Amino acid sequence: MRCAEVITCGGAVAVVASSAAGLTLGGVAAAVAVAVVLAGTVAALWFVRNRFRSWAYQERDEDLIVERGVMIRRLSVVPYGRMQFVDVSAGPIDRVFRLATVKLHTAAAASDARIPGLERDEAARLRDRLAALGEAKAAGL
Amino acid sequence: MTEPLPGRPRRDAPHPPVFDGSGPPGWAAMTGHGWRRLHPLSPVVRFGRAALAVLALAGLSTTGLIGSTWPHWWDVVLAVLIAVAGFVNWLVTRWTLDGVTLRIETGLLRRDSRQLPIARIQAVDLVRPFLARMLGLAELRVRLAGSGDADGRLAYLTEQGAEMLRARLLAAHHGLDPATPEPAERVVTSVPTGRLLGSALLSSIGLATVAVAAAVAAALSPAGLFGAAAPLVWLAIVCGMIAWRRVSDQYAFTVAASPDGVRIRRGLLGTVAETIPVARIQAIRMVEPLLWRPWHWCRLEVDVAGNPGREGEGTGAMRKALLPVGTRAEAGRLLAITLPAGPAPVLARPPGRARVKAPLSYHFLAAGHDPALAVAVTGRLRRETTWVPLAKAQSVRLVQGPLQRRLGLATVHLDAAGRHVRAEFRERRQEDARALVGELAALSRSARRQAAQAPSHAAAVPGPERQAEIV
Repeated sequence: MRCAEVITCGGAVAVVASSAAGLTLGGVAAAVAVAVVLAGTVAALWFVRNRFRSWAYQERDEDLIVERGVMIRRLSVVPYGRMQFVDVSAGPIDRVFRLATVKLHTAAAASDARIPGLERDEAARLRDRLAALGEAKAAGL
Repeated sequence: MTEPLPGRPRRDAPHPPVFDGSGPPGWAAMTGHGWRRLHPLSPVVRFGRAALAVLALAGLSTTGLIGSTWPHWWDVVLAVLIAVAGFVNWLVTRWTLDGVTLRIETGLLRRDSRQLPIARIQAVDLVRPFLARMLGLAELRVRLAGSGDADGRLAYLTEQGAEMLRARLLAAHHGLDPATPEPAERVVTSVPTGRLLGSALLSSIGLATVAVAAAVAAALSPAGLFGAAAPLVWLAIVCGMIAWRRVSDQYAFTVAASPDGVRIRRGLLGTVAETIPVARIQAIRMVEPLLWRPWHWCRLEVDVAGNPGREGEGTGAMRKALLPVGTRAEAGRLLAITLPAGPAPVLARPPGRARVKAPLSYHFLAAGHDPALAVAVTGRLRRETTWVPLAKAQSVRLVQGPLQRRLGLATVHLDAAGRHVRAEFRERRQEDARALVGELAALSRSARRQAAQAPSHAAAVPGPERQAEIV
């Protein structure tokens, strides 16, 4: 999903940059600008791919584990009983690719359990399962 | 006042609103479901100051001290409007207490009906501003966890009435008969005025006040620099007022333990009495500022789930001072009544290579846990020790930045409800940190289960003394 975003942005920026450079400085400058922008896009793609691959989650009996991050590695363990509510959100690009983001909220603001880029059906399944488990194991504050 | 209020159909009123100035005779009927009003003098306290200010302004402008473009009668109209608004507000506000909920209804055009489940109470405060104190009134504030202004405020009741209502709410909260009288309390510690003044002086705002005052004196002494001194005088006044506010808020600070929870009383002109059920405490923090170190003073703060800040994510914490300034022995006694019972967890220090990552705070870093409690020490100049009962943990997180990965270190956070409420196990060995995440998750699960089985009022009874772990 992010890959699509990066490719579109990269392409658009390349077109704008090349036309601007071509109009003001001539053909060689336009080629250089396109090359630079394309290199940037590839680097961003690589970064996004790594970031995406690092995202992992595991549903255990009592808690959900979410792992993410390339530069800064983060791992969260959130017990189902502590869940306050589940958010499922999908932006316009998400919707084109039939994807959704599931986010688990607890009473602690820092609890960080967000799983982006799930297939829509998987997101719905996860949401229902989390809601059911949260109800079954709910604990007061 | 048994007829329906004008301009609004009555929706639900099986019992007509009972008017009885909430004095003691009317309290015999407390067990019924009748609606009650606040004390008739409430609008005087709530809006009296605004009306008086307007009238005073009007008086000043008629005597010609302040030039005003308004006609004078307009000020009087404004004061009357405020008075009428206050009276109407009192007229349309009513409350009732049945077994499990406190209900408050208010508003003339937009009715606001609030239901506060007693089982969810986080804390009960009795607030007495100066004017209310003169009239023998008190405001009862019921704190709940949740978003927005979920608090229930009853302003004002008679002092006696508010105390009785508080006793009822807390008794019902602990699953007892609401008629149970308020249990006896044991005063644990109080803060002497001298120490409070000293601590205020040695805080940043106190030092700023002294510095600005000294600058004013220096500017005035040659008598030629008066122009430069004038803005400084204002600054000194502002700083002094902030410092004074701190002192008057915390004046005569007394902490007492009772089966209801921890009771805090404080205040010079206006007083506040807070009651926090022990089972509702999310975390306790001890702060030892650099300047207080020669006297071995510390400050204790307790976090309760409640009133969040502006941004709405998660349940913000409510931070209350448990001890504005005290000795370590006093802090130890307070920790003993507020934390789960047991011996103090053994603190472990991070490995020496953590000095590279945290050169300024390495000297304080330490953390440890036992089956019921996690303790973490952090801080650069001032030492901050945080205790989080494992039964209150919301999530366990492991964070590892690039430098930490190179050094083979990682930080583990144990989050409790609130914005920045957590114990941080900083700069642990990578493999230890991984194991710690699993262990903390498992321990907090069993602690939670145990807490769910134990009735809530049992947790309020102080267990065997837990020694304050002070390195």
